[in-house]
Amino acid sequence: MVNLEMSNDVTVTLPRIQERIPTVVVDDAHVVYRVHKGAAGNTSPVAAFKRMITRTSAPNVRVVHAVRGVTFTAYRGEAIGLIGTNGSGKSTLLRAIAGLLPVEQGAVYTQGQPSLLGVNAALLNDLPGERNVTLGCLAMGMSPAEVRRKLPEIIEFSGINQRGDFASLPMRTYSSGMSARLRFSIAAAKQHDVLLIDEALATGDKAFRKRSEQRVRELRESAGTVFLVSHQLSSVRDTCERTIWLESGEIRMDGPTAEVLAAYEAFTNGK
Amino acid sequence: MANLLADPDSGLTPAQLAARHGLRVAGERPSISRYSGQLWRYRHFISAYAQAKLTASFSNARLGQLWQVLTPLTNAAVYFLIFGLVLEQNRNIPNFIAYLTTGLFIFNFTQVSVQQGTQAISGNLGLIRALHFPRACLPLAITATQFQQLLGSMVVLLAIVVATGEPITLMWLMLVPAVLLQTVFNAGLTMVVARLGAKATDLKQVMPFVLRAWMYGSGVLYSVNLFAENLPGWATAVVQFNPMLVYIELARISLLEDTHLLNDSLPLTWLIALGWAAVAGLGGYFYFWRGEQEYGRG
Repeated sequence: MVNLEMSNDVTVTLPRIQERIPTVVVDDAHVVYRVHKGAAGNTSPVAAFKRMITRTSAPNVRVVHAVRGVTFTAYRGEAIGLIGTNGSGKSTLLRAIAGLLPVEQGAVYTQGQPSLLGVNAALLNDLPGERNVTLGCLAMGMSPAEVRRKLPEIIEFSGINQRGDFASLPMRTYSSGMSARLRFSIAAAKQHDVLLIDEALATGDKAFRKRSEQRVRELRESAGTVFLVSHQLSSVRDTCERTIWLESGEIRMDGPTAEVLAAYEAFTNGK
Repeated sequence: MANLLADPDSGLTPAQLAARHGLRVAGERPSISRYSGQLWRYRHFISAYAQAKLTASFSNARLGQLWQVLTPLTNAAVYFLIFGLVLEQNRNIPNFIAYLTTGLFIFNFTQVSVQQGTQAISGNLGLIRALHFPRACLPLAITATQFQQLLGSMVVLLAIVVATGEPITLMWLMLVPAVLLQTVFNAGLTMVVARLGAKATDLKQVMPFVLRAWMYGSGVLYSVNLFAENLPGWATAVVQFNPMLVYIELARISLLEDTHLLNDSLPLTWLIALGWAAVAGLGGYFYFWRGEQEYGRG
């Protein structure tokens, strides 16, 4: 948030703020999930046929309104924390920004193609870590030569080889922390205009967390915008200077991290 | 909380602000020419992914890649037992073993591509939701994987053909364009079922029956002349436009000496093969592209 506080001293001119460049504009976005409950309720063929004729939707589809009218603008060079209790719509909002979920109402505008980095981004578990790095990098649009150059760097950063040569073992033999680290390392190897991180820093040990926080800061400095969803308030505090607090799909607070976290902690402790 | 102005400094609405800085709507579908360009840039990913899938699919089997050859061989042996020895289809066909294996291997190429194609999107949601790439990479990688499998079985097929006493002729070269046309046809079809399978998850259950019916209509297991003998005229006319029948017949006529085409005209058969490749290839690509922004959602 920019503070345009007028100083009492009239001789001081207003500070000339260079125009900030927006990277993500979310305009009154609503996201609605339609969940198929499977064969429940009235599933007789006659009833199904009647629905097809009358074009009514099946009774076993439930509608979940996960994000309700969120509006904000993110700028280049910002790291924004997204916090909120479970089920408040944080991950859904990230998916909408990444363009993976359609918005029901409103709009999401982004610069370039945001990359969503989640802990459940599955690669091919039957293949060795190295092959997965190659595949992941190619899938992000790198050239084969670039991949070859970056491969050792990525393996080194993920630290999976600290306990012997794990890079050549299939990923199904990795611990959950190790595979999460590898996924983060792959995604962080590329310059993203907008990087969306979903709980990724929570996995991994302390040393890796330190390294990844450092990497997030670097990504930010090289002109990207970083969104971080985390329940670990400490990692939000360390990496983000702006925080958005979501509750029941609505923005409860949006501002400097220290203020928002203080209010959020008061809220969760008071519960 | 809702402030109408996104940017207090400039006094613009969010949409104006986005337009001014050239932001685009998230998850927008690119134009078909841009999409094709993207796909071309991802060609290394397609081949690496196809290769990886091939390695991964045999990684838990002790015999490993050998199954690439063993599976079609075992299949051929079972069908030979039933249709050759029990039902005695071989009395109508001079070289039944080569006739059967050619049909089976060529049909298998399309069959497995389609089967896996229905899951190209729905089976890769993790990858789709994590990374952005043109989704057509996935069905194309499946076709590429199956093409590689086919090359493996072709070596076996040629060995069988020679072992059963067929001469090696220049006609064998016709196999190359025939298989290439079939590959284009497969790629298109795989893209169609990939989009269908992404929405209608029941398709996976229906597909085996469709493919089984298609196999019986393609003259894989018995002489294609049975169609002309036992079906009414109009039905034979329809059957000779069956793309799989056409691709199988082209492979047979290039490898086996004593083969008859159902419609007696080789140029017409080539024309049908080319037509199907063009229709399925272009149509399938267009159809898949139209759904690009829906994949991985819901």
